[in-house]
Amino acid sequence: MALAPAENAVANSIALDIEGVTHHYDLDGRNLQVLDDVSLVIEPGEFVALLGPSGCGKSTLLRLAAGLETPTVGNVLEDGLPIAAPNPDRILVFQDATLFPWRTVRDNVAIGLEARGLIREREYRIDEVLKLVKLEGFADVYPHQLSGGMAQRAALARALVNDPKLLLLDEPFGKLDSLTRLRMQNELLDLWKSAGFTALLVTHDVEEALLLADRVIVLSDRPASIVAEVRVDRPHPRRRDDAGLVALRRELLEKLGISHDV
Amino acid sequence: MSAAIEGTFGGAGRRSLALPVTGLWRNGLLAAGTWLLASAVTYGLPDVITWGATELFAIVTLLGAAFFLVLSVTVHRLGGLGRTLVHYGPWFIVLGLWLAIWEVLTAKLGWLPKPFFSPPQGLLHVYVTDWERLLICVAYTGRLWGLGFFSGILVGFAGGVALGWSKRFAYWGMPLLKLIGPVPASAWIPCTFFLFPTTFHASIFLVALASGIPVAILTAAGVGQVNRSFYDVARTLGASNRFLIFKVAIPASLPNVFVGVFMGLYYSFAVLVVAEMLGAKFGLGWYLQFNTAYSAYANVYAALIIMALICAGLVRLLFVVRDRLLGWQKGIL
Ligand SMILES: Nc1ncnc2c1ncn2[C@@H]1O[C@H](COP(=O)(O)OP(=O)(O)OP(=O)(O)O)[C@@H](O)[C@H]1O
Ligand SMILES: [Mg+2]
Repeated sequence: MALAPAENAVANSIALDIEGVTHHYDLDGRNLQVLDDVSLVIEPGEFVALLGPSGCGKSTLLRLAAGLETPTVGNVLEDGLPIAAPNPDRILVFQDATLFPWRTVRDNVAIGLEARGLIREREYRIDEVLKLVKLEGFADVYPHQLSGGMAQRAALARALVNDPKLLLLDEPFGKLDSLTRLRMQNELLDLWKSAGFTALLVTHDVEEALLLADRVIVLSDRPASIVAEVRVDRPHPRRRDDAGLVALRRELLEKLGISHDV
Repeated sequence: MSAAIEGTFGGAGRRSLALPVTGLWRNGLLAAGTWLLASAVTYGLPDVITWGATELFAIVTLLGAAFFLVLSVTVHRLGGLGRTLVHYGPWFIVLGLWLAIWEVLTAKLGWLPKPFFSPPQGLLHVYVTDWERLLICVAYTGRLWGLGFFSGILVGFAGGVALGWSKRFAYWGMPLLKLIGPVPASAWIPCTFFLFPTTFHASIFLVALASGIPVAILTAAGVGQVNRSFYDVARTLGASNRFLIFKVAIPASLPNVFVGVFMGLYYSFAVLVVAEMLGAKFGLGWYLQFNTAYSAYANVYAALIIMALICAGLVRLLFVVRDRLLGWQKGIL
């Protein structure tokens, strides 16, 4: 791929340990438990997908991993050290694109580099990632001039330009048409293979999880706990009609269906 | 706006806009007619009260009529300027009518009597005889207003950002701001006399206060309303607090800031008269008071018109600045 892995031998991925995490929100004075004793160990360079019903706490888990919140109970560790604050090594691509409306697409992508004072040395990367998400022709337009899917791709580019070691993706392809979606999935896979980051992907698409991830985690309804964990030992590129994947798909849907009924 | 004008004038504007390039500008002709009427009324009817520049005013309106007459055939060759003129055509017609009516009601019938009212030639007389003093007043007021307004919005903006950003600032500052906000400018005069070395400084303070307070309040509100997820995004991308303030909070609240600046502009003009009460020797506000005291209302009206035109010009300028800075809002609003 166009994106070469970091030149030096510094690890370009990190391990993420979620240890007995329970999380509560204060919702208008009402205590709302969102996560219930979730434990999950993600190896460096692993690709993990999270499945679960709407509102169960998937985005919350990603916010904890990004360091935007600290868990009520339990620990979230990166390479064994507690995560206390956001850090550009761990980048979260939000469920909504949340592009800054006063910045053009290019300037939105540049935010991370600007914030870290790297804009001079790495400016060339902006054009690389824009090309990667096929937005090179839209670098100078404002977010309100983009379609929903294009905005999502711009948000992905804004994360990728920082060469994260842990990429947290919250339904990044939710608004894409099926063709673009397929293409973006492949791009992400290639990128993951070449850059070697750790990836944690939230999705509601079982097929997407099976096509991309090494491991698929199924969460229960709120408060979320892990109800199933499926290892996908198939080499890439995977075919969606692969007999093994079809069997796994049925198994996962069953798990999700059960969690819906409870 | 154009829709409103065309609606009011029964589509007269629309028809002239639709004329072929070589055609006649009907509204231009009509404007020439109303201006000629004003001129004829002024010159032809006897004055019940005499005012200096009656003949001059008749000449000026006559020139105006000639101007529109020429424009009515040439306006289509003037490009962008021509289109603007055509757009305001109905206004020119009404302006001529209004001058004629004003003339009749004051100078010709005396229904609106001296000294409370003045016919148009009364104002013209002021401009012709007193223009030097008026120019000096404009310069003095410009200096006072410029210093006061710009220092006011600068301090107001900085204070507003601090109030919107920092909880502790807001805790102490917001109640104070709410207390200070409604106090009329004249109430400050006693303590400004004590606090400032010269009356000029005190005047600057009053103008700054009037323009700074709305900017501070709206900036604080704007910064407080910024979507939290913008901060989350920026923080995950490695933004420091400084970056969050200058690259997220401020640009996101800029639309609000401009509302505050517009309000500050109007308030600063309203307070000029009070500010120039403080022993100023020149200035439009001083000119207004001085002439009110002598019941020279024609001078008062003449100065008011100048102030209104300057204020309108500044508002226009501010719109240009805003559109330049907030171009990204186009298509959202
Ligand atoms: N900042 C917050 N304050 C209070 N409650 C919150 C907050 N954020 C999320 N919640 C609550 O936590 C629960 C889980 O939210 P979360 O966004 O993690 O769900 P999700 O699994 O990502 O759902 P979806 O698939 O619909 O995106 C929801 O019930 C929501 O109301
Ligand atoms: Mg979510």
